[in-house]
Amino acid sequence: MDKLITAKSEPLWNTNNKVVSIVYGLITLLFALPLFGLNSFYLHLFIMIFMHAVMAQSWNVIAGFSGQISLGHGAFFGIGAYATSFFYMQYGVTPWISIFIGIFISGVFAVLIGIPMLRLSGHYFAIATLLIGISFQVVFQRWDLVGAASGLWVTMTPEDSWIALQFHSSKLPYYYIFLIFFLISFFSVWVLSRSKLGYRLRAIRDDPQAALSLGINVSNYKIIAYVISAMIMAPMGSLFAQYILIIDPDRVFNIEISIIVLLITVLGGIGNVWGPIIGASILIPISEYSRIYLGGTGGAVDLILYGLILMIICVFRPNGLISFIPKDILERKKQR
Amino acid sequence: MKILSVENLSRSFGGIKANDNVSFSVEQGSILGIIGPNGAGKSTLFDLITGYTKAESGKVQFFDKNIFGLSPDKISNLGVGRTFQKLKPFADQTLLENVMIGAFVKEKNVKKARDNALEIINFVDLIEKRHHFAKELSTGQRKRLEMARAMAIEPKLLLMDEVTGGVDQKTIPGLVELIKKMKKTGVTIITIEHNINIIMEISDNVLALDQGKSIAFGPPREIQKNKQVIDSYLGTFDAA
Amino acid sequence: MTSEIILQAIVTGLMMGLIYALIAAGLSLIFGLMEIVNFAHGEHLMLSMFSSFWLWSLFGLDPLFSIPITILLLAFCGVITHYFLIRYILKAKMLIQICATFGLSIFIRSIAQLLWTPDFRNVDKPLLEGRIELGSVFIGQPQLYASLVCLVAFVGLYLFVTKTETGLALQATAQDRHAAEVLGIPSNKMFAIGWAIGLGCVGVAGGMMANYFFIFTDVGINFALFAFVAVALGGFGSIIGCLYAGIIIGLVESLGGLLIDPSFKLLYVFVIYLLVVIYKPQGLFGRY
Repeated sequence: MDKLITAKSEPLWNTNNKVVSIVYGLITLLFALPLFGLNSFYLHLFIMIFMHAVMAQSWNVIAGFSGQISLGHGAFFGIGAYATSFFYMQYGVTPWISIFIGIFISGVFAVLIGIPMLRLSGHYFAIATLLIGISFQVVFQRWDLVGAASGLWVTMTPEDSWIALQFHSSKLPYYYIFLIFFLISFFSVWVLSRSKLGYRLRAIRDDPQAALSLGINVSNYKIIAYVISAMIMAPMGSLFAQYILIIDPDRVFNIEISIIVLLITVLGGIGNVWGPIIGASILIPISEYSRIYLGGTGGAVDLILYGLILMIICVFRPNGLISFIPKDILERKKQR
Repeated sequence: MKILSVENLSRSFGGIKANDNVSFSVEQGSILGIIGPNGAGKSTLFDLITGYTKAESGKVQFFDKNIFGLSPDKISNLGVGRTFQKLKPFADQTLLENVMIGAFVKEKNVKKARDNALEIINFVDLIEKRHHFAKELSTGQRKRLEMARAMAIEPKLLLMDEVTGGVDQKTIPGLVELIKKMKKTGVTIITIEHNINIIMEISDNVLALDQGKSIAFGPPREIQKNKQVIDSYLGTFDAA
Repeated sequence: MTSEIILQAIVTGLMMGLIYALIAAGLSLIFGLMEIVNFAHGEHLMLSMFSSFWLWSLFGLDPLFSIPITILLLAFCGVITHYFLIRYILKAKMLIQICATFGLSIFIRSIAQLLWTPDFRNVDKPLLEGRIELGSVFIGQPQLYASLVCLVAFVGLYLFVTKTETGLALQATAQDRHAAEVLGIPSNKMFAIGWAIGLGCVGVAGGMMANYFFIFTDVGINFALFAFVAVALGGFGSIIGCLYAGIIIGLVESLGGLLIDPSFKLLYVFVIYLLVVIYKPQGLFGRY
């Protein structure tokens, strides 16, 4: 009986307090970093890391938690990007509002796509999502209302504007905006992973049949995961559109987006909230530097690296780089 | 009071009648043992009751509710738990997490669900293994895991498929004791068993299946004397 | 719109369909054998077209004559793929298997882009040229021969798998690799053979298409997508199913393009895919 009492007195989560302080320290550091005078390249690098970490986190929710492999997740990035640019150009809606329009549209599409497609599983779902991703690109390439293949060129405000979410003189505001979205997304997914929903999604990933016997409506939960995932992805598209101010189907619906989110997550550690962050912090610098030093030929070099890294990870470290960190560093020692 | 009554349940796969007009009922708080040779349709019967396989015809009544044709998750939410013949643990998760997922049926709060899960893990005597991954457990322990997980949904009726199958002789008595202990909590149990001695020991009633048909139903003593059962099944054993 | 135009579209679709069928058969063979979808299938097709192209451009070898070399190269490529990548991920989770072959596809395509740039190329004045007129229907000779060769290869593959000893050993491994090992069929060798044959099929298709198709590094993407769809339609692992499915896709593509809008070809095929996998998830024709 006392063993039961001991077990119940254990904290719910065995997070190591040192890790918690390190995380707080890192967050503080990220907020303080620009004060030390980061040049524009480093600001850009950090912005890209934040953005990709969130995008990968979005993929992690559907693939890592619920086990459904989406190969066309770029679609939701594109929807987000087009939502802000289109509503700003057409109706002058501030991106601060249209970000949420983008999130909403992405969510609706995720439901519409999810209802028929999440009845599929395994390879069928993966192939269907691959087709979805490319279909979006094809449709937007020919959709005149949104500029077809030439895309949307957002009218530049003459000066920096918080309302239009455009900053020309410095990347600093973008840095903080992306940082805050990064922290919000990370925190939300972290909460999700520890909630009833998170547990139930992992149950579906590991064994959908057994999940059914525990009162879990597998198809509904998959759709919920897909919607959440889409809604995390969309704002990154929106912010990216504000960051570069020119979007076209080949850029925001590119299959490369779907590839990189997968790569980052698998590299860092799939199904783990830290995975996408670790993956993005390693891969994005490699990608940006290789573009500077080796690039120039159409950006193929970083793709070669992506492919190579992806294969190496799959063969040697299928649980990602996070599996190099011993469990007892992340967690207090458990009575085993 | 009858907790479950099954009437004329039928299902065939490509011409083979896996279940052919099977009828029986279970009294609340009792244990029903199901016996039958391999391929008699025992597991199919479980799949039909719990909605994993759609029955072609028949009636399944749980208390006074018709559960025929409901999806498996709805049926489990109503309070019908089950385990699987081919074990289906969530391999990459700990024992505690496995059982917690079951506990979430009745308890939304994570902390409380955890505590409920711990109670049940303690009940199946695996409290020391709670942080072990399911894939690290032995077969016997994984059987207990599945029983605990099914108990965690606080079922009124629990269907267990071959609890003692595939484990070594030493492990069996413990599992049998556990089934008896589970009965004492008030849960009604239907169990598929190959080991006839166990069936005789624990069941209040026995249903014998052969080639999809129910060939006998009644208290163990009667079943043991039933000519048809002896011919088709017990004959191969030394009827103890 | 006249019936001639529709007839023309049907013929074109049929010819394309036979090519899709062979590409899909290679994919399906590999899947049936080890439950792995080769997401780099399109890139392998691209490699076979480039092999044809370089043999022509460097050595003046006409695509028609370089076909055996291309097939061998691709078969070799299949063995390498199995040896260096696939055999390590046989027991991995499906997710990891998908990511690994997906990684391979990115790797091959971007290496090709680096080496050969994304430019479009084509074989000038191949031996197979011109077109024949059958009534009102024009049939391009290279297209016609490509589809006929693919059909012959397809029949050959089918006979090989169902009639020869090696083929039966492949089937045994596909059904139960452990049981097959007990019977003395080494599954690793069978897997390597499966990859060699699967990509050999791609070699035939790519080599013949080099006669008339533009050759560029992204050329395989659409073919691979159609092959995935064909494999799902035909029933994962079924070879004969690929034939019907390939033809259906070819027809849907060309008739949809004619009757609605050619720029959305992919979408029509996608719709067919969704309808089939949702309402008939075993595929239209079952396995083997």
